[in-house]
Amino acid sequence: MRWQIEVLPREVEHDSLGAVLTRKLKSLGVRSLKRVETARLFLLDGDIDAAAARRVASQLLADPVTEKAHVSEWESHHGEAMGSVSVFKKTGVMDPTEAGVLRGAASLGVKLVSARTGMRYRLVGVPSAKLEQVAASGLYNAAIETVQTGSDRFPAPKGAGRANTHRIEVPLRVADDKALLALSVRGGLSLTVIEMRAIQAHFVELGREPTEIELESLAQTWSEHCKHKTLTGDIAYTGPAAGSLPENARVRNLLKATIKDATEQLNRDFCLSVFHDNAGVIAFDGDWALCMKVETHNHPSAIEPYGGAGTGLGGVIRDILGTGQGAKPVANIDVFCVGTPGLAPADVPKGAMHPKRILRGVVEGVRDYGNQMGIPTVAGAVCFDDRYVGNPLVYAGTAGLLPKSRVAKQVSPGDHIVVLGGRTGRDGIHGATFSSIELHDESETADAGAVQIGNAITEKKLLDVVLQARDRDLFAAITDCGAGGFSSAVGEMGEQTGARVYLERAPLKYAGLSATEIWISESQERMVLAVPQDRISDLLALARSEDVEAFVLGEFTHSGVLELFHGQELLGSISMDFLHGGVPRLEREATWSPPAAELRPIPELDDGTDTLLRLLASPDICSKEWIIRQYDHEVQAGSVLKPLVGVHLAAPGDGSVVAPIPGNKTAFAIGLGINPSFGDLDPYAMAEAVIDEALRNVVAVGADPDHCAILDNFSWGNCAKPDRLGGLVRASYGCRDAALALKTPFISGKDSLNNEYRVGDKTIVIPPTLLITAIARVPDAGAAVSMDLKAAGNALFVVGRTGTALGGSQFLKLAGMRGDTLPRFDGALARETFLAMHRAMRRGLVKSCHDLSEGGLAVALAEMVFGGGFGADVDIDLLPADSGVDARQLLFGESLTRFLVEVAPADAANFESMLDGIPCRRVGGTTEEPRLLLRSSRTGRVHVAAEAALLESAFRRTLPEAMDGEESHHG
Amino acid sequence: MAERRVLILRAAGTNCDQETAAAFAMHGATAEVVHVNRLLEKPDLLKAVGLVAIPGGFSYGDDISAGRVFATELGHVLGDHFRAFIARGGLMLGICNGFQVLVKTGLLTLPDGHGGIIPITLHWNDTHRYEARWVHLSIDPALCVMAPKNRERIELPVAHGEGKLLGGDAQFLAQALGTHQAVFRYCNTDGSEPVWPANPNGSTGHIAGLCDSTGQVLGLMPHPERALLSWHHPRWTREPRREQGDGASVFAAAVAAMS
Repeated sequence: MRWQIEVLPREVEHDSLGAVLTRKLKSLGVRSLKRVETARLFLLDGDIDAAAARRVASQLLADPVTEKAHVSEWESHHGEAMGSVSVFKKTGVMDPTEAGVLRGAASLGVKLVSARTGMRYRLVGVPSAKLEQVAASGLYNAAIETVQTGSDRFPAPKGAGRANTHRIEVPLRVADDKALLALSVRGGLSLTVIEMRAIQAHFVELGREPTEIELESLAQTWSEHCKHKTLTGDIAYTGPAAGSLPENARVRNLLKATIKDATEQLNRDFCLSVFHDNAGVIAFDGDWALCMKVETHNHPSAIEPYGGAGTGLGGVIRDILGTGQGAKPVANIDVFCVGTPGLAPADVPKGAMHPKRILRGVVEGVRDYGNQMGIPTVAGAVCFDDRYVGNPLVYAGTAGLLPKSRVAKQVSPGDHIVVLGGRTGRDGIHGATFSSIELHDESETADAGAVQIGNAITEKKLLDVVLQARDRDLFAAITDCGAGGFSSAVGEMGEQTGARVYLERAPLKYAGLSATEIWISESQERMVLAVPQDRISDLLALARSEDVEAFVLGEFTHSGVLELFHGQELLGSISMDFLHGGVPRLEREATWSPPAAELRPIPELDDGTDTLLRLLASPDICSKEWIIRQYDHEVQAGSVLKPLVGVHLAAPGDGSVVAPIPGNKTAFAIGLGINPSFGDLDPYAMAEAVIDEALRNVVAVGADPDHCAILDNFSWGNCAKPDRLGGLVRASYGCRDAALALKTPFISGKDSLNNEYRVGDKTIVIPPTLLITAIARVPDAGAAVSMDLKAAGNALFVVGRTGTALGGSQFLKLAGMRGDTLPRFDGALARETFLAMHRAMRRGLVKSCHDLSEGGLAVALAEMVFGGGFGADVDIDLLPADSGVDARQLLFGESLTRFLVEVAPADAANFESMLDGIPCRRVGGTTEEPRLLLRSSRTGRVHVAAEAALLESAFRRTLPEAMDGEESHHG
Repeated sequence: MAERRVLILRAAGTNCDQETAAAFAMHGATAEVVHVNRLLEKPDLLKAVGLVAIPGGFSYGDDISAGRVFATELGHVLGDHFRAFIARGGLMLGICNGFQVLVKTGLLTLPDGHGGIIPITLHWNDTHRYEARWVHLSIDPALCVMAPKNRERIELPVAHGEGKLLGGDAQFLAQALGTHQAVFRYCNTDGSEPVWPANPNGSTGHIAGLCDSTGQVLGLMPHPERALLSWHHPRWTREPRREQGDGASVFAAAVAAMS
């Protein structure tokens, strides 16, 4: 018997979700709506009677205080209450609640076969004819969910199908280019004609046709996502020189020539493992090492923001679990690039979602996954630009802690291939290849298979088991199942050995998967382990004891061949050499020329206070508290400096500091640098600037710049087009040169090189966007420095020189301008500055410190003032500056390598002498009255005079108003 | 030394077990983290310990509602063992998700004064959103043996989505206050009425932590295990140095109560 249980709030005031959804739909412009009333739906399937169903309803599903339940037979149900819509996950989409319902019912002695959960929304006031449209605008996502209105029937239970598990040959040897390309497109392989020709030649040589599963294995392994063909290919660059990049250069293997080259040349002894594992690893303290990885999950997040962001984070967490012999994740970061929240709905391109919906979804995705994993989300950023509207960017990163003795791993022939974690389903087929193609206005419906919902608890159980198994020596090597699924994980692990795989052994979420689907499915929350034969029974027992599924998929061999079986039938057999080494090198053209000159003159500075308040409230600069407070940033109890600091815990800290080892004061800081406005003008200079910014952020909180590593994440437009690729070449050289000058090595990176959105014949290209993440050691947690002013009567210093450039600044962005010239980077001086600042901090001379970034001196000092609840009085003409600067640059310029530093009067001379040789000037002091004064002694003008409370409220109001406001201006 | 032994009970999705164990260890107890499957296999493990702590996290993903599935498992399968444990003087401490679990197991109840109990639950925050922030708490130490002694007020972080304590009848608040079962309440330092965010979830009577009528079973939404060290405090860089965080007072009292 199947039962439907509807769980409803007893009183309107218990329906807090309904209240939230009412506000949300109204803010999206649904004027007829009076209120949303919600109910939860459970469809239970099992051999149970009405009494058992009622017991489950009253003792498990409905809260005894706030809810009531209606139990009815599923089959007898004849449709919906008027004015309501019911939303269910599509068949095959992860429904994390099902497991809880089954386990809870079992505790009550009720055995269920399956359960399905959904939501019913009653939209009071909305005419029936408009129900579906309103629901689609904010209550469900057609990519993963299905909706019933009116008298539709409920979804049938998950059905079983039968799919092909036999060997399927694909005739390829006599195909011409056109046929080869058609094959690639039809199969969703994303392989080029040149690559298809290489595969053809290989099988001609073998004297047989390839099989479907072999082609899919090659497509996955050769995908841009897995092989970075663009970055490692050959590039003919046409454009001006920049740093070590010559004019019109031929570059062989861009990645090797730039980012990896810097790391190799620097050869820092704290680098323990760089570029070859799932994350980069550096020495930390004593027997401990730190690792870090940052990933993008852009295309899935465009189609399903919540699921895309959540599984993006889930994936990078698995990267850390799969680093060395398994690291413990200790901190997460997230960075989003989205359209502006005020974008008029009419200006949202067809097929795309409104930026507010995207932002809300990605925040909730990171929140639910990260919080449930028990990993603090400690740092982040959001960039707003309407070119991200159809192709938002979602970066997720994780830092991990692992014993130094566990950095290396080794697969040996004879080891079992063990899969641990979630079951395999049809979800996420072709994610690796999908990430490399352009989004378009039908992506939402056409590519839904590439999107998934994660189940954080499955991954948390996996984490618990992996770390115990590591400490009990139960496996030799581990990697995560990410893009490409088993095919990538087993293919990579077995590269040096060979592997034999039996696909029928994989536990499936539901019947009906073909062998190829099992092999390439990207179902979440799975890890692949190499387990020595004498450890296998202990490993399987450990997994069982924690309710984690584990099975032996096959074994590593010494054949050098990847052999794929289903039962007795050999479905495919590819040499590891060809799989990993057969991909033809890409050859590409790249061009770059400077953007057209800005025609408008730089705006005059009328009212500095007003400009400052507008900057503080601008989306890029404003407080991200609305996001931050939804994240658990203190779980694991390692938090030293939280993302929000100061007297009201409302001021933005530069970098977050975490002490991850219980009882140990050694900590680490994470800093982020990102500035797409700079990328529009020159990606080379942008790369320098964002590396400088990431390092400023960690130095400002007390981290050691000489024990610091960085990670690169490029998100670019379609790099098959020369004008996009040219910027990437410049950015890569900027990375190389800045890293060398700062003696700061890259340890890991990832690129996403096709971020464009096509509507009809119009293409929206994202600005070149480089995220730099810095991770650095903080020698003593108790000596970390926060950015809020600490006392009245202290001296204020500006460290670093202010130049004339205003290009890409937030000051110009306010005026709708871009400017021409970007700030100059002096790498050698930057390194000396960072080292000197750190020495002064270690001496305890620095009371507070804030880096100068977007919005320049005025924004930084305003944040210090309302952070501290004290005032500041500064003469801008005292700043170390180039000739030709005026108040606009001094107040709002974004020159690099600059800090504001608060020093006790008694320490001022000492501080200055420690900064000897570095531009550094005492510019004013702190005052009792919480008021910001920025004056010019040269002109006698007071440019800014504002109370701390006013500055703080300007800074804090933008996102709450945009995201929670009843009626938005444009909505 | 059975009395000084603490069992930290974890399930799938528990995520504050390590720091909770560390907090007890810092205060002289022997803490062992035990998966609920082990306790289901061998309920007698309870006989060897003096305190069972249910730490924070998202047990079973907080599917259905926060703590509900874990509570159903503990209440229905192990309920008699826990009741016997409490009857022989055992202590239970539920933090955040642990509080939600204790309330929903029926092990932490509020008597109505006439032989029945007032149904209680932890409902969604008024914002219907998970929020992490620091709060001030006042303490009523009269009944609960684990309440910090000689502290009028402490400061701890909260991090939850479902922390609004609701009672099923009109007597709920008077009864909770009158019996001194409302051990922790959100407050403002100046004594004024704490509205959001000082009361982060809209909890009735600003109640943040509740004990049972024996004073041996305590649940609270805030996280004392995240406020042990001087640098855990969010304003430590600008305030006089603390020797330890306020959360230590909760663990000190709990361990002392075991002796």
